[in-house]
Amino acid sequence: MARMTMIEAIRSAMDVCMERDERVVVYGEDVGYFGGVFRCTQGLQKKYGKHRCFDSPINESGIVGTAIGMAVYGLRPCVEIQFADYMYPAYDQLTQEAARIRYRSNNDFTVPMTVRMPTGGGIFGGQTHSQSPEALFAHVCGLKTVIPSNPYDAKGLLIAAIEDDDPVIFLEPKRLYNGPFDGHYDQPVTPWKKHPLGEVPDGHYVEPLGKAAIRREGEDVTVLAYGTMVHVAEAAAKETGVDAEIIDLRTIVPLDFEAIEASVRKTGRCVIVHEATRTCGFGAELMAVVQEGCFYHLEAPVIRVTGWDTPYPHAHEWTYFPGPARVGAALKKVMEG
Amino acid sequence: MPDDASSKKAAQKSNLSATKDELLKYYRDMLLIRRFEERAGQLYGMGHIGGFCHLYIGQEAVVVGVEAVKQPGDQTITGYRDHGHMLACGMDPKGVMAELTGREGGYSKGKGGSMHMFSKEKEFYGGHGIVGAQVPLGAGLAFANHYREDGRVSLTYFGDGAANQGQVFEAMNMAQLWKLPVVFIIENNQYAMGTSVKRSHSDTHLYRRGAAFGIPGMEVDGMDVLAVRETAREAIAHAREGKGPYILEMKTYRYRGHSMSDPAKYRTREEVDNVREHNDPIKRCEQRIFDAGYADEAALKDIDREIREIVKEAADFALESPEPAPEELYTDVLT
Repeated sequence: MARMTMIEAIRSAMDVCMERDERVVVYGEDVGYFGGVFRCTQGLQKKYGKHRCFDSPINESGIVGTAIGMAVYGLRPCVEIQFADYMYPAYDQLTQEAARIRYRSNNDFTVPMTVRMPTGGGIFGGQTHSQSPEALFAHVCGLKTVIPSNPYDAKGLLIAAIEDDDPVIFLEPKRLYNGPFDGHYDQPVTPWKKHPLGEVPDGHYVEPLGKAAIRREGEDVTVLAYGTMVHVAEAAAKETGVDAEIIDLRTIVPLDFEAIEASVRKTGRCVIVHEATRTCGFGAELMAVVQEGCFYHLEAPVIRVTGWDTPYPHAHEWTYFPGPARVGAALKKVMEG
Repeated sequence: MPDDASSKKAAQKSNLSATKDELLKYYRDMLLIRRFEERAGQLYGMGHIGGFCHLYIGQEAVVVGVEAVKQPGDQTITGYRDHGHMLACGMDPKGVMAELTGREGGYSKGKGGSMHMFSKEKEFYGGHGIVGAQVPLGAGLAFANHYREDGRVSLTYFGDGAANQGQVFEAMNMAQLWKLPVVFIIENNQYAMGTSVKRSHSDTHLYRRGAAFGIPGMEVDGMDVLAVRETAREAIAHAREGKGPYILEMKTYRYRGHSMSDPAKYRTREEVDNVREHNDPIKRCEQRIFDAGYADEAALKDIDREIREIVKEAADFALESPEPAPEELYTDVLT
């Protein structure tokens, strides 16, 4: 066991996979020599050589396209898109090629590729360095989409992603890289080394894709969240005194329907939280899932707390960001219903 | 633009020759593609094939010439005008035709259709419906070959239209940067759907597309199977020796429309007839056979008869094979 930040845990996952399996290669913009803009790949080139961890040109479509070609011919590439906001040139490759090759090759070929991308805001990145595009991936059948909320999960889920035979989008909430940010932007963030989920085994372990985790057990209301919003929801529950059951979805495709339905049937109330914009955000899908599976158990309308339907603003970032005050207000409101 | 030192037009080779067995094989392989495509066109007209169907008629010498010098294990990947590539790779005409008719016996159980088929056994990596999207994949295959040190070469085909796509240039840069064993084969049939090369390419010499990256390129008479074979031999050897990618611009021509719904009003009938009459790849091969005294007309007619039988069997199979069960729609999406 070691104390790790999320960056170190992600690096450790790639390290373990590269050590165990020669088919794993790691590349992307600034990934080799520089060690990644957020340092997630630091030291890997030195340890495994330039042929296994290397810099690519700045061309996202080319990065993902070549990774798909490698994956169909036996490698397990784990590539980095420097910010999730940069993935759009590669969206064609992800949706039309990676997601479909198993289907259209009659299962002859699969694409065991992992695409890592830092996601979300809270770092004053403005509209091209703060986006949360998870719904755009979840909408594409043939992709799996993972969003960890802590170092322990990040490592176990990333190993699972790299070992998975399907293409996996691995979204890393960048505001969580160094600590469990709970939306209190005016207070110092506790470092991961003081958080129980910053305890990470050194070696190989796997957290299965498609399993949610209950972060806080509660009786009154179910909160469905992932990534940074898990910590915001924990703060909101604590500050309002509402006995919330907080479910960290961890992967949104595949989705853990069982965990969601069991919890909402128990509490009868549900608040959904994400940082992405509201219209057609993944919260809309979650509302549909809850309505379809738990309608007769609901005692109040389901509430969404999300980013606004605007570009991610540079000014007023904390008005846009669904922080603990907004989540707390939703918890209180759903209890009135 | 002057010719870059790294690019050249292929010298007219007057000494192209082949053995009897070779020439007859190329003739047979080209004819199989032509007869298959003619039949596919008929089945389309009769309503047995729906949707999109891009015929390879006129371009047969390109894929057959390259196939002649490919080594076992070398991969083939192409765009949506893919039936010829699949047949040349040795895929079963029955499975290809049944995919066109959307039947269970098709290579993708009918779920892929004309543009979307694969074969692990024949090292055929699709069949891609998005213009140019297969090119980075082809570079990725080459990366895996390089990484695995297995001596294989990726044969990455695309058209003159795809040659303008940004991701093609991304792939070229990466392939040259990492010295990947890939041959980029541009099948320049002179029309990107209805837009001629002149109307869409700032430089119409597509063999120079890699000049910015220092990738050598050659212009090839893509209607002559032997010219294709000899230049492909050179390009593939270059890639296999670790010298990096190579570009072959195959000057070719498609006789039919871009797809079945294209009346081809962007060119004259005379233009098409002129190519059919004077530059047809199968007729040119036939002439070589006669000139060398390898076979007479009767012998070639026998070959045609055999091929028509193979194509008939494929068409019968494609019509008799049942549609896939509805539950098949949900298989092979994810594990």
